[in-house]
Formats: sequence, C-alpha cells, structure tokens
Amino acid sequence: MIQVENLTKYYHTLCAVDQINFDIQKGEILGLLGPNGAGKTTTLRMLTGYVQPSSGNIHVKGLSVDTHILEIKKMLGYLPESAPLYHDMLVYDYLNYVAAIREIRGDQKLARIRRLADLCGINEVMHQPIGELSKGYKQRVGLAHAMMNDPEVLVLDEPTSGLDPNQIVEIRKIIKEIGKEKTIILSTHILSEAEATCDRIVIISQGKIVADGSSESLKRSTGGKNIMYLSLQNADFAPLQESLAEINGIENVSRISETDSVLNVRLAYQSTDDLRPDVYRKIKQTDWILLDFHQETQSLENIFRELTKES
Amino acid sequence: MRQVVHIFRKEFSAYFISPIAYIVIAIFLLITGWFFFATFFLFNQANLRAFYTLLPVVFAFVIPATTMRLISEEINVGSDEILLTMPVTFRDVILGKFLASVALVVAMLIPTIAYPLTVSLMGQLDWGPVVGGYLGAIFLGAAFSAVGLFASALTRNQIIAFIIGLAVCFTLTLIDKMLYFLPQSLLGVFAYLGADFHFQNIAKGIIDSRDILYFVSICFVGLYGAYLALLQRH
Repeated sequence: MIQVENLTKYYHTLCAVDQINFDIQKGEILGLLGPNGAGKTTTLRMLTGYVQPSSGNIHVKGLSVDTHILEIKKMLGYLPESAPLYHDMLVYDYLNYVAAIREIRGDQKLARIRRLADLCGINEVMHQPIGELSKGYKQRVGLAHAMMNDPEVLVLDEPTSGLDPNQIVEIRKIIKEIGKEKTIILSTHILSEAEATCDRIVIISQGKIVADGSSESLKRSTGGKNIMYLSLQNADFAPLQESLAEINGIENVSRISETDSVLNVRLAYQSTDDLRPDVYRKIKQTDWILLDFHQETQSLENIFRELTKES
Repeated sequence: MRQVVHIFRKEFSAYFISPIAYIVIAIFLLITGWFFFATFFLFNQANLRAFYTLLPVVFAFVIPATTMRLISEEINVGSDEILLTMPVTFRDVILGKFLASVALVVAMLIPTIAYPLTVSLMGQLDWGPVVGGYLGAIFLGAAFSAVGLFASALTRNQIIAFIIGLAVCFTLTLIDKMLYFLPQSLLGVFAYLGADFHFQNIAKGIIDSRDILYFVSICFVGLYGAYLALLQRH
C-alpha cells in the first residue's frame, strides 16, 4: 500500500528524518512511536505532501509523492497534530467546505456530513464556531475532516493528545472501528495507546527507525528478559539459591529483603520458555510457605526507553 | 479550477462572517465620502476628479488591511497544514484568496456608485471617465490585493504583513510624485512604475493597453511572489 524508501528530511542543517524505510500493508494500523522531536510529525507531513522530502521517496499505491501528490492527497485523510482548524467557521460550514474541496456533491454531501457527525459524535456542536469548541470536540471535528473523502489511508498525528481519559477511549474506539477496513497510520508517544490500537509499531528515535514489529514481537526480540518475584515464609536464602540454580536458564537469584521470617527473592532469566512451573515444583518439595509468586515481562515502556535513550 | 471557486467562496464569506468587511467598507466610505464632498462644492464641477485623486492613497491603506490575514493567519494557526494536505495546489489557494480580495474591493466600490448618481443630478456628468475610473479602480484594487497577498505569504505575523503591504502600495502610489530629486534619465522608468500615474490615465476615460499591462504585471509579480513564498515555506 505504502512504501517509504530512504526518506530523509533536513531542516537547514538539522536532520529530522534520516534514511528511513518501511512498508505499510493494506488494512494495517501502524503506530509511529518516538520521543518528542524524533521525526514522527515530519514523516507524516512528508507522506501527506505538506513538506517535501530532502531525498528519498514515498509511494502510495505505486504513485510517488514527488510526481503524483494531488492523486495521493485524494486518497489520504490527514488529521494534523492538535487539529488546527479555522476558528471563526461554524462546524457545519467547515465540513461543508471540506466536502466541496473533496468534490462531494449534492445529496451525497449532506448524507456524508450526517454520517460523519454521527460517527464522531459532533451532532450537538454542528452550529458552533470551531474556536469555541473544547479540545476534544475540536479533535473530533478534525477526525471528521480527515474522513470526509472516505480515504483509503488515514493519517493521524497524535490523535488523542490533550484529551481526557473518556475522550481517549472514545477516539480509540472510533479508530479501531475505522481500522477494520482502512489503512491507518497514527503517531503517538503514549505507549499503552500504541499497544492497544496498533497492529504494528515502528519506533523512531533521532530520525532513525530503531524497532519495527508487533508489540509482542518487540517484547520478544529486545532481550525478552523475564523477572520473577517470590515471597517465602520460613525459608533460608542459601538452600533456596542452591535449589533454584539447578533449573536450566535461571541467571540470577538475589535477595531483596528478609524481614522476620519472610524472605523476598528476585529471579532473572532469559528464556522464551516459561520457567514458572519448574520454580513451583522446586518450592513444593520443601516445607516453605509460598506467600507471593509473580512474573514480570519487560514492558514496552522499558523497551522504548532502552531504544530511544540519548546516545 | 473548481477548487479556486471553493476557496474563493470560503474566503469571501469569511470577510462577511467576521466584522472585517463591514468595518473596512464603512471606513472606506467614510473617508472617501468625506474628502470627496468636503471640497466638491468649491470646485463647482460635475465630475469625480477629487474622488479618483483620493482613491489610490485610500486603497494603499485599506487593501493591505484586508489581505494581511489571508495567508499569514493560516500559517500562524497552522490551518495551512489542513488546507494544503487536501487535494489543492498552491495555485488554487493563491488564486482563490486573491479573487476573494478583489471581490471585496468590488463590494467596497459598489456603494460609491451613489457618488456619480448624486453628481449627475446636480450637473452634466460625463460618464466616460466615471466608467473608466471604476474599471481602473478594480485594476488598482487587484494589483494592491496581489501585493498584499504577497506580503501576507511572507510572514506569520499579520501586523508585519500589513506594514509590508502598506509600504509597497504606498510607494507605488507616490513614486511618480517624488521624482524631482532623480536624474533626468531615470524619470521615465520611475514614472512608469507609479500606480497612480496609470490609474489616473484610465480615470480620464482613456483605456490604454500599457496601463492595463502595468496592473496585470503587478498582479502577476505579486501572485508569483506569494507562490514562491509558499513554496519556500514547504
């Protein structure tokens, strides 16, 4: 659907996007993740034709942004960051204007505006000036704007930034809903959001792609370090360490604390197999009392922090 | 080309949705009306000479005020990102906005038709120069609109856009009146650059292709400058 090849953008001497490559399949929801200033917005702006790449190319359905930008714009719907809309226009007038530019005519126009108003939940603000709307409503009007031409590819730049938790849930629901049939690219720096809505995540840092894959595959590929926590009553550390070390794969057993008769222990292992049954079997052989037993996989947050650390 | 019409419609109605059009038209009528009729009866002549003498200077103030927001506001609010990622070209945007501004100039001139009508009641009015004057006024307004649009494309600050537009329009208006300190050889060139000079030619009722060409080239230079300014920004 979309091929990004060696895409590079310089602002004067600052390199915002540095030779990035990725493909987007039809029907995919792709999340572009990265810290502030990583080049997410610039990438999206190049895709939508708002800025021109310094070098490299983007193809949408085989058309290059260099030569066929008008055709590409017709296929795309774009919601820029924080939805910069015309403040003194009424919502209805604005959507009407967008529909006119998108060459939707007559009966179809009204039907389309109605449908989008229902989908985005903006019926009650249709006759208010955009400048007087709350941020959440503005974002929804922006979303309606982006979907006006029933685009094959929807590009959303931080669609949930600045919204309250209820609104975030609603916007995500809308995105999921549209994502069933459309290709969506969204940028965000909220990791849980990317995890919840995206099929695939691309992490950008300092203009370069540092990771690409589904959230599960990212977790697996980058270290995949698992950590187990145990709390035991009436146990001693030395024999525990000895017996656990026999399990294949355990790298490190360390004591976190020992109060009264409760021993807290941390186990680290690097394995794709689940070692919890083995650990449990070992404990069962003794007369120690197991108070707490849980495992943590390395979260997306950790991976993100590791990958985007300033070098 | 249809996109030009949509953008034109949106921009033109934006003038009338906000108070801009009403304020500008009211001030324009107040100034021209006052200065025209204040001296009209002293001359005891049934023509619009005084009105046309005044018009370029008033336009030089008023038109940059109406064009200053056209592009700079979009850049400032960021709505250009929305506009330019829809299937429109720079050409559509600039032409649409330019035509909206010209249409506002026409809207501004329409109430002044009361002046020649009033004058024709009082004496024998020669309608040739009047019609020529209105035609010239539209050309002049178009040229200043193009200059104002160019100024607006240069900056995200509306005040700066206004001042640049005002400075250029004012210079074009007055340049042929400041020729006394120039060497003889340059006089012809600078006189030709003066907007007032060409406008007064048309307002005499003589429609000369050189005068038309002058205004058309100012429009072209202004609009092309605006195009380059937008291109450079993206």
